[in-house]
Amino acid sequence: MNSYEKRFGEPELISLTSKALQRRAKTKWLLLLALPLLVLLTLYAYPISRMLLLSLFDPEFTMKNYIHFFKISSYSYVLVNTFKMSISVTVICLLLGYPIAYLLSTTSSRIKNLLMIMVILPFFTAFLVRTYAWMVILGRTGVLNQLLINWGFISSPLKLMHNLFGVYVGMVQILLPFMILPTYSVMAGINKDLMKAAENLGATPFRVFFHIFLPLSLPGVGGGSLLVFIIGLGFFITPALLGGISDVMISMFIETQVNQLLNWGFASAMAVILLAVTLLIFPIYNRFFGMGKFMGR
Amino acid sequence: MEKGIKGASIRLHNLTKQFGDVLAVNAISLRIEPGEFITLLGPSGSGKTTTLMMIAGFEIPDNGEIFINDEKIMFKPPYKREIGMVFQNYSLFPHMTVERNIGFPLRMRKVGKKEIQKRVAEVLELIKLSGYEKRFPRQLSGGQQQRVALARALVFNPRVLLMDEPLGALDKKLREHMQLEIKQITRLLNITVVYVTHDQDEALTMSDRIAVINFGKIEQVGAPVEIYDNPKNFFVADFIGESNFIKGKIVEISHQKSQFMSETGLVFTSFINRDKPIGENGYLAIRPEKISLVEQGQSSPNQFMVMIEEVAYLGDITKLKVRLLKDGTELLIKHQNKDSTQIIKMGESVLIGWKEKDSCIL
Repeated sequence: MNSYEKRFGEPELISLTSKALQRRAKTKWLLLLALPLLVLLTLYAYPISRMLLLSLFDPEFTMKNYIHFFKISSYSYVLVNTFKMSISVTVICLLLGYPIAYLLSTTSSRIKNLLMIMVILPFFTAFLVRTYAWMVILGRTGVLNQLLINWGFISSPLKLMHNLFGVYVGMVQILLPFMILPTYSVMAGINKDLMKAAENLGATPFRVFFHIFLPLSLPGVGGGSLLVFIIGLGFFITPALLGGISDVMISMFIETQVNQLLNWGFASAMAVILLAVTLLIFPIYNRFFGMGKFMGR
Repeated sequence: MEKGIKGASIRLHNLTKQFGDVLAVNAISLRIEPGEFITLLGPSGSGKTTTLMMIAGFEIPDNGEIFINDEKIMFKPPYKREIGMVFQNYSLFPHMTVERNIGFPLRMRKVGKKEIQKRVAEVLELIKLSGYEKRFPRQLSGGQQQRVALARALVFNPRVLLMDEPLGALDKKLREHMQLEIKQITRLLNITVVYVTHDQDEALTMSDRIAVINFGKIEQVGAPVEIYDNPKNFFVADFIGESNFIKGKIVEISHQKSQFMSETGLVFTSFINRDKPIGENGYLAIRPEKISLVEQGQSSPNQFMVMIEEVAYLGDITKLKVRLLKDGTELLIKHQNKDSTQIIKMGESVLIGWKEKDSCIL
């Protein structure tokens, strides 16, 4: 019995109202959760389970789609190629994005705002439009080749697209902000006094970076890399338009199965395999970049 | 930890630093003796932290020179200065254990692994945190983090230790405890300490000397007693401790004694006069604890009848707000509660007074 009840002598009434209050608080939480839960269930859980069923039933249970996938080596090749390309794009994005994020986190706010706008501005144009723009720039008679020929650097046009180079240029341009933004947000949260402290304790600027800044920025690097890698796995338009015959990603195969061959079962099986492999990445990510690894949390 | 080695001397000569239009540090000159504990005390924005940052090497002075043991260090980068520093929010590396944090300056100096282990263990004992080697900073309390920061700043035997409001984030009890501990450790190591704070109690408790800074200039340098009892000007008297100020001017000077007349025509005598000539406007400053109730049959050189307007009992002292009956001047008195039978009541009229040496004319 608390002092309030002692004073007013109506414990039943009071405990009732407090219970009602608790219940109301609970309902409020449930209501808040309801909408995102609904969205997840209808837009995510339902289609994925449908896809899983499609790949396994025709109309009876069958493993034929999966057997088909692993029997023909070109499918596995495309799967491996998809991962290779996505990893390469992630590494390029990391090498380009880390210095930009570093610059963003260290410069004055005026330059920072300008840089930030430059990072975000490309989002205002659709992927497809940007990919076509690259075709205009990189093509045989495109802007870049014309300029290089006019200035006398080359005599015949370079092959800048319909090869791996074209795919990487297109994908990196689209995916770079996904690397920069999470990396920057972690870098911005690093206390700048730590760098001063390290320097005061005898570390040269170079060692300050490697011993203090770099390790503290790793969670952002991990987050950005994961984001770029996973989005990269599902890329379709850019490799289709800017890539050569051998630069095939699995999503292009899936598209062919659905749109041209109407083979929903096999397309679903490929999608499920891609999803399964992607999910395998998470524990690996958690092991190296999970927050618990750092700072003894 | 090498004990008994003398710290370095520091000399600031005409140090000046401007940020945009603001003159943060304005021609500061100061000599700090080896092994001395000196505090830069001032309100926020007075330039004390900027001065510290220039000694550490994080700010380059626009003008002036810094000497450590008579060596010019202005163009040395921070990592070559061999100065330990404790930052305001500890600045412990969050991704390193206590052991790795404290070992950091030694690793940067390429000290051998065994030696690092030995010295880290020694310094952990000094700060009474043995057994916490494997903890991460966020697993420590504020006071423990503070001590680790101190250990890290001392482990490489620096010549000078700089501390930038190191106790600001701790609660009052812990702060008082840490003040004594820091004082004890730095005295044991005989290191030169430059300590920055805006907390006057902290400055008075810890320092050998205090430099009071305002608007980028040193107002007064001296031992705590000197600063408190003998302030040089209005700012120092007002900033350190509490003071009663009476506005007026000097009307007569004879030998050591000065006569001061308030604007309302009351005359006071004081022994301490800061070079004010007759007729110049100034203030008479009296510390509240120097004013006492004059007991019956006794008298005081400056004595007045007052009405007690407010009484606040604080245990060790009683704070009184009184008003002079003659002209209504308000005074604050801190009365020592030595005699519990002495009863002070609101609304009563009593006789108060203070000695000539207990007030100064500023």
